[in-house]
Amino acid sequence: MSELELRQSTVEASAEHIAPRGRRWPRPGTILAGGFVAFLVVATLAPSVAWTQDPNAIAPALAFESPSFAHWFGTDESGRDVYSRVVAGTGTSLLIGVTATLIGLALGLVLGLLASFAGRVFDFAVNRVIEVLFAFPGLLLALLVIVVYGPGPVTATIAVGLSTAPGYARIIRGQFVSIRSSHYVEAARVLGRSPARILGRHILPNALVPLSVLATLGIGQAIVWASALSYLGLGAQPPAAEWGAMLAAGRTYLATAPWLTAFPGLMIVGTTIATTILGRALARRGQEGR
Amino acid sequence: MRPEDAPGDAPALDVAGLHVSFGGREVVHGLSLRLHRGECVALVGESGSGKSVTARALLGMAGAGASTNAARLELLGRDLTDAGERTWRSVRGRDIGLVLQDALVSLDPLRPVGREIEDALRIHERLPRAARRARVLHLLERVGMPDPVFAATRRSGELSGGLRQRALIASALALDPPLLVADEPTTALDVTVQARVLDLLAEIREAGTGILLISHDLAVVARLADRILVMRGGRVIEEGPTETVLRSPREAYTRALLAAVPTDRPRGSALSVRAGASDAATLPPATQYGGRTRTTSAVSGPAPTGHGSERPLLQLHHVSKAFDVPGGRLTAVDDVTLELHAGETLGLVGESGSGKTTVARLALALSTPDSGDVVLDGIDWSRRPERERRPMRPRLGAIYQDALSSFDPRWSVGRILADAAARGRRLSGRADSLVDDLLEQVGLEPALAERRPLTLSGGQRQRVAIARALAAEPEVLVCDEPVSALDVTIQAQILDLLDRLQRDRRLAMLFISHDLGVVRHMSDRVAVMRAGRIVELGDAESVFRAPSHPYTAQLVADAPRIVA
Repeated sequence: MSELELRQSTVEASAEHIAPRGRRWPRPGTILAGGFVAFLVVATLAPSVAWTQDPNAIAPALAFESPSFAHWFGTDESGRDVYSRVVAGTGTSLLIGVTATLIGLALGLVLGLLASFAGRVFDFAVNRVIEVLFAFPGLLLALLVIVVYGPGPVTATIAVGLSTAPGYARIIRGQFVSIRSSHYVEAARVLGRSPARILGRHILPNALVPLSVLATLGIGQAIVWASALSYLGLGAQPPAAEWGAMLAAGRTYLATAPWLTAFPGLMIVGTTIATTILGRALARRGQEGR
Repeated sequence: MRPEDAPGDAPALDVAGLHVSFGGREVVHGLSLRLHRGECVALVGESGSGKSVTARALLGMAGAGASTNAARLELLGRDLTDAGERTWRSVRGRDIGLVLQDALVSLDPLRPVGREIEDALRIHERLPRAARRARVLHLLERVGMPDPVFAATRRSGELSGGLRQRALIASALALDPPLLVADEPTTALDVTVQARVLDLLAEIREAGTGILLISHDLAVVARLADRILVMRGGRVIEEGPTETVLRSPREAYTRALLAAVPTDRPRGSALSVRAGASDAATLPPATQYGGRTRTTSAVSGPAPTGHGSERPLLQLHHVSKAFDVPGGRLTAVDDVTLELHAGETLGLVGESGSGKTTVARLALALSTPDSGDVVLDGIDWSRRPERERRPMRPRLGAIYQDALSSFDPRWSVGRILADAAARGRRLSGRADSLVDDLLEQVGLEPALAERRPLTLSGGQRQRVAIARALAAEPEVLVCDEPVSALDVTIQAQILDLLDRLQRDRRLAMLFISHDLGVVRHMSDRVAVMRAGRIVELGDAESVFRAPSHPYTAQLVADAPRIVA
């Protein structure tokens, strides 16, 4: 559960608000990661700006060209431009990553809120459910969902979201429990504030801000999982330009045309690293950002 | 008690021209210090004066990013000016022992204290296991541990604060070092426990160990030190034998430190001689709220205590409260009856665990009594459902020991105060002027409204906490250990401020502290609490002048004071 520990420490770091004050330039790594994510956003919103040719244009004469000035990432077995296909796949991959994370967070929030505010019976029940879910490896849980509901990008997204939910739920519950018993919540009670107001003004904002950091870290993770599912043929299906699906399609030619798999793979790695670096930078800034 | 430069007797510690800086900013400017075996030298100053950094530099542990250099740094005649980490490691523990303020964080929470003490023996000496064990028990006995064999098997969290501090001292003494550095060794402790730990340090000194005692409190130091060095802004500004420094201090700053000791100071006399003397370091010079503090706190004579026929504002009537604890049920508050009238300060004194904070929580209706009633201005406060209590809550204000944790970390000072003043209503345009007004009342400048509490000093935070408590215009103010986390000089300013506001607004104040001197200085009447019961209750002066209960007498005897 090293992933959980990482998240836990992130929450603590951002919850302690001990970051030194003062405007500092972001680290070079953060700037680089920001640039990369900016490129991904462009590729998602306006892929035609970023690609060099139609990602689905077949040119059998140009099949298996190695990377060159004309084809930055080379071409595939049908002569399609790999770079353009990687760009075209960005939207799908990011969409799956972000949506899956949002699903995980939303579920985690519901479970966490139930556990911390709906009384002891709920707390006990939710915690046992979370523990059972923890016992499954995340990917196995996702596979289970797909087995039941059939493969496809939508199921893959839901499956990844479901399998990340228990981690979020546990962290959210911990946040709520510690904030609810904090001195400043007590101080608000002494001032005569209503429970609804205390929840809205103090507990939710203080619990959710560190969560935004977690979510950023989670996106990278979700993209990797979604790509893994696509690679296994359970997410986006091969003709679609999705990174995991491209990996799956290219693996037949691994020995002769490694660029077919290397570049989509690099994009997955790069996206995960970039979002993680940004998430960490956010965590460092903590509350001091404003 | 030996002459400063006895011929033929090399000092245990000889430092000259010690400079410590962090990233180009020098925090200790050329400190010189000489300490003999069997002598206690005290380094006194407030937070930020550089005293702890000095102590650390003397152990070669000034920390990463610190650069230390000294013209002379000799320990037992051994030159350590250019010592590397390896050399320092051989020195620490064997030649110098270190005792820190909080034993809870200084001792490994997962290991029995016996093992912790044994570590030093294992690292520095080759002793058979049985001999080490025997030595550990002997050490624990020496520091006055009631049951050494049992204590050695306990983890630090399972011991009380005083016993923990003893265990820590035992670990520092394990190798019988000729020199002991004690950095605020009693600051987190109750007065009675503090007195015992100071007695223990005195015994250790008599046995021939040199002690460098670091504290912000001159009264603590007065009991033990042979010589005193007063430190301010990284410099020693006054130095001399204890008697001389305490009786005829040369520097105004030393006089301010002396005046800040509240013990035996009658009610209504100002403690902060030159208010702002310490906060001024963190505030621009424009903030001379000092004048105000001086004029108003110079009010003489006892506060008008308006009871008699008048109905008490807050009443605790035969209140009891018990908690479930591992291995049984703890009665935290046992049949306590108290009355608080408008315009009066009732002091509640007792050691930690005596139930003081539970009384505060019961008074604030943050918890409900198992039996008995809390009555607020004739209303059955403790029996009403929370929904009915809520509109009345602004009538009670609260101030806590740890001001920082009582503020929402996301909120600025201005928002905190505006929210409190709003009492749940909309303030629209008046918020800014209200906040400015509140800040002014507690002697802070309006510019602080923009800041977050995290960036304020301890004294400033407590002032903001006071401003927040006053914002809702309460009739009763409950202060739970409001100054125990502060330096004496800051403490003096906060006490003066509270005293002035209490008089100006005719507040009924419940003032809780473990520090008898502080309670005596603030209170009209005093309740002494022990193990959940009120053992003595009466007029502050008479209770302290002629205590009728032996426990009160003990408290009075143990209060740190400067014996003139």
